[in-house]
Amino acid sequence: MIANLGLAALWFAAALAALQLLAGGMSLNKGGQALTGLVRPVAMVQGALVAVAFLVLLYLFSVTDLSVLLVAKNSHSAKPLIYKLSGAWGNHEGSMLLWVTVMGLAGAFLAMVERRLPERTMLATLAAQAFVSLGFYAFLLFASNPFTRLNPVPLDGLGLNPTLQDPGLAFHPPTLYIGYVGLSIAFSFAVGAMLTREVGPAFAKAMRPWVLGAWVFLTAGIVAGSYWAYYELGWGGWWFWDPVENASLMPWLAATALLHSVSVLASRNALRTWTIMLGVVAFSMSMLGTFLVRSGILTSVHAFAVDPTRGAFILILLAIYIGGALALFGLRAATISEGERFSVTSREGALVVNNVLLSATLGIVLMGTLYPLLAETLGAKVSVGPPYFNPMSAVFVLPMLVVLAVGPLLRWRRDDFVRVRKLLILPLAVTLGVGVMALISGMKLLPLLGMALAFGLALASLLPLKGRRLRTLRLPLIGMVLAHFGVAVALFGMAADAAFTTERLVAANPGDTVEVGPWQVKLEQVVPVAGPNWTALEATVQARYQGGKQIELHPQARSFWSPPQGTSESALSTRWNGQLYVVLGEVAEDGRWQLRLWWKPFVTLIWYGGLLIALGGLLAMLGHLSSDLRRIVAQDKIAYRRMKQGR
Amino acid sequence: MSEPAPTRASPWLLWLPLLAFAAFLALVAYGLRNPAPREVRSALIGKPVPEFNLPPALDGQPGLARADLADGKVKLVNIFASWCVPCAVEAPQLAALKAAGVNLVGVAIRDKPADLKIFLDRNGNPFSRIAADNVSAIQFQLGSSGVPESFVVDGRGVIRYQHIGEIRADQVPLILAEIERAAR
Amino acid sequence: MIRCVIGAVLLVVAAPALADGTMPAAPYAYTQLENPAQEASAKALMETLRCLQCQGQSIADSDAPIAGDMRHQVRTRIKAGEDPEAIRGWLVQSYGDYVSYAPRVTAATWPLFAAPLVLLGLIGLILRRRLGKGKQA
Repeated sequence: MIANLGLAALWFAAALAALQLLAGGMSLNKGGQALTGLVRPVAMVQGALVAVAFLVLLYLFSVTDLSVLLVAKNSHSAKPLIYKLSGAWGNHEGSMLLWVTVMGLAGAFLAMVERRLPERTMLATLAAQAFVSLGFYAFLLFASNPFTRLNPVPLDGLGLNPTLQDPGLAFHPPTLYIGYVGLSIAFSFAVGAMLTREVGPAFAKAMRPWVLGAWVFLTAGIVAGSYWAYYELGWGGWWFWDPVENASLMPWLAATALLHSVSVLASRNALRTWTIMLGVVAFSMSMLGTFLVRSGILTSVHAFAVDPTRGAFILILLAIYIGGALALFGLRAATISEGERFSVTSREGALVVNNVLLSATLGIVLMGTLYPLLAETLGAKVSVGPPYFNPMSAVFVLPMLVVLAVGPLLRWRRDDFVRVRKLLILPLAVTLGVGVMALISGMKLLPLLGMALAFGLALASLLPLKGRRLRTLRLPLIGMVLAHFGVAVALFGMAADAAFTTERLVAANPGDTVEVGPWQVKLEQVVPVAGPNWTALEATVQARYQGGKQIELHPQARSFWSPPQGTSESALSTRWNGQLYVVLGEVAEDGRWQLRLWWKPFVTLIWYGGLLIALGGLLAMLGHLSSDLRRIVAQDKIAYRRMKQGR
Repeated sequence: MSEPAPTRASPWLLWLPLLAFAAFLALVAYGLRNPAPREVRSALIGKPVPEFNLPPALDGQPGLARADLADGKVKLVNIFASWCVPCAVEAPQLAALKAAGVNLVGVAIRDKPADLKIFLDRNGNPFSRIAADNVSAIQFQLGSSGVPESFVVDGRGVIRYQHIGEIRADQVPLILAEIERAAR
Repeated sequence: MIRCVIGAVLLVVAAPALADGTMPAAPYAYTQLENPAQEASAKALMETLRCLQCQGQSIADSDAPIAGDMRHQVRTRIKAGEDPEAIRGWLVQSYGDYVSYAPRVTAATWPLFAAPLVLLGLIGLILRRRLGKGKQA
């Protein structure tokens, strides 16, 4: 019964999306003015209804309602509650429902709070949002219904894939989806602006917090996903250039370029075409990513198992939305007059270079991800992996990091490079110094460059604070400095992990001690243990860092029975200067246990750096919002005063 | 602030993203309609079998080396294992091929002699030789990526045909045809 | 006695996961080479070779038996003094370019390597137009 309620809510939401589209579209014309008042409330109710549908799905999973096919296929009554709930989005239909829920709620939120846009642009934006939502509602209702019933009701479900039964499933998909589906708002803004030809600072100031908000969540989602893969997959890797990972990176690259671009448009009225283009590209990359992951067209450990007919459906949606937006761009962009001009050496100039390099990196990642597909049509089977992606993306990322160091120091509109040169002497010296040291110690090229640039960049990112009084610092500036500093921190973590990781693979008897880096690790025993829906062999390992205090670690080799699959649960010990990573393998014929041990210096900085980046974005967003709020309050005060005086 | 002279971006640059997207659509639509097969095929079809030497899997039976495959007679090399379920499924077809006069040679991957014996007792033994390979070395030499797979090797030791997966009943004529082609 | 119990539990517990035979892993699947320089060279190579039966993992990142066997081959050959690129070449000879994550420049892959150059050209074009014009205030 409740499942039917959820389905009904979904249908109603879809119907309201259609109404929102009609009302919004028609109110743009002279004749449809009466419908203006309808659009915002409809958007808000639509958001509420789709949220109801999603809550229903969560409820069905939490009680393991086996009369619903999705629950029967993906859940099990013995699962812990957190995995019952997060298992709701651990499958294709559930995650698509999460997609439309985020879209609907984002649109509702937009309708509720956004007051800074010219009315026509706002209506066009809400209409565009409804247009895109409608396609995905159709996909859900006709091709991926999460509420399909099952009769007769089975005794129990098939269970959730064991590698997903992890806290990571509770964090990674929701944050990621809020991020890259949140970019739909930026897409709708861009389309709305193109339709009403309102591309100016006011438009950009309105769009900026939405872009920043989505970007913060996307950054956090990617960081969560990377860390989850790192500790779950059992080999210590944190990025594999896997097609599904790339599917989340590509919107991020576009969104990063977009947030810089929209800031320039907001404060300097320049980069109009870039901002519109990137607004379209960012969400297009999200839609493209979801197509790649669900169509089965590319092989990946992370891909959902879906059939090509669903892939064809999404492809048609892509053709309509991305094709339509890009066609609109081709038509209208030429008539958007370019904004203010600026010289090469200026902050705008640096940001153009930044945009261009980020877009080029996006192009490389897209090319590498799609190339195996292209090669197959030519009859060849090729694999494209880190040996291609690492150097090729470095070609564009490394110069971009240099620009990142210089750009924030340049003045707007026109600056003199000689002035900036003096400021950069110290970071440059540090970069060269570290580079030389790394060269002498025999580091490989890419980690060497990363390490040297990380130090120089860390210093350079702090330079914008120079000469300013701490008390008068505005949040957006702090946010920018923090985010750029976070880039340097993450880069340092990546370089350290690549250059300094020590690995030991051993076959040990209980009582044996192994050395890995500065650690002495002793295998105490291996005993069977049981969990709620699994059993495991758990090793007790005692580790000492340079003969210091002893800590105990418990890596496990788990076996689930529903579905029958094994996972390996690594044991981690984190210090300020790195992580000890221990994995229990299988037992050899002579009774020795296989242990895999890594000492990974500073690896956690990769994700802390990523979180710093997200935090920087959050602070910038809050800074802009609070200054907006203050301005609105001040304007209201002035208007109120005028009103009283006028009486 | 004076009105800036509108510098328009070049039209062809503006249409470039749409063009790129159209190319992407075409590529992907084609890929969806004609999905490439998932299996990895050997690249050694038409090339000679590289040097290898495998010990026998069971006592009293000979092992397998490259020289045994270049003795002038066409052979069907069957890569199998007792723990592989499709291998049991194709056992009748292998028996049918043996009855049709095909010289079958088996390589057991990662198998214990006791398990292998049980498997052969249960499913029949159509092989003239069975070699043991515990590290999948023969697979890398032949370009095989899983079990079961069968290779038609002609009298000169050249790999002529690869069959991936179990041999189904309706595929027996095809195998026979390939063997005949290799014999010519 | 404890070992028997553990062994029995292991069989019961691990049976569903034991799909690929009861033989142990190849000698060098989970053992490092004694010479650190050789091991580093082998590791670097393994990270760029694709596991033949997995869904997009290198042999350095997979627990599948065939990945273990491939690691055994790589380590054995490196120990015997073979050059890493020769080992890659041998695998490519058997399986084609699919098995290597490092695409070579061939007739089928030249667009991959042309792409960065084309992008650099586009960048130059865009920057010259955009930044070259706005020289005056």
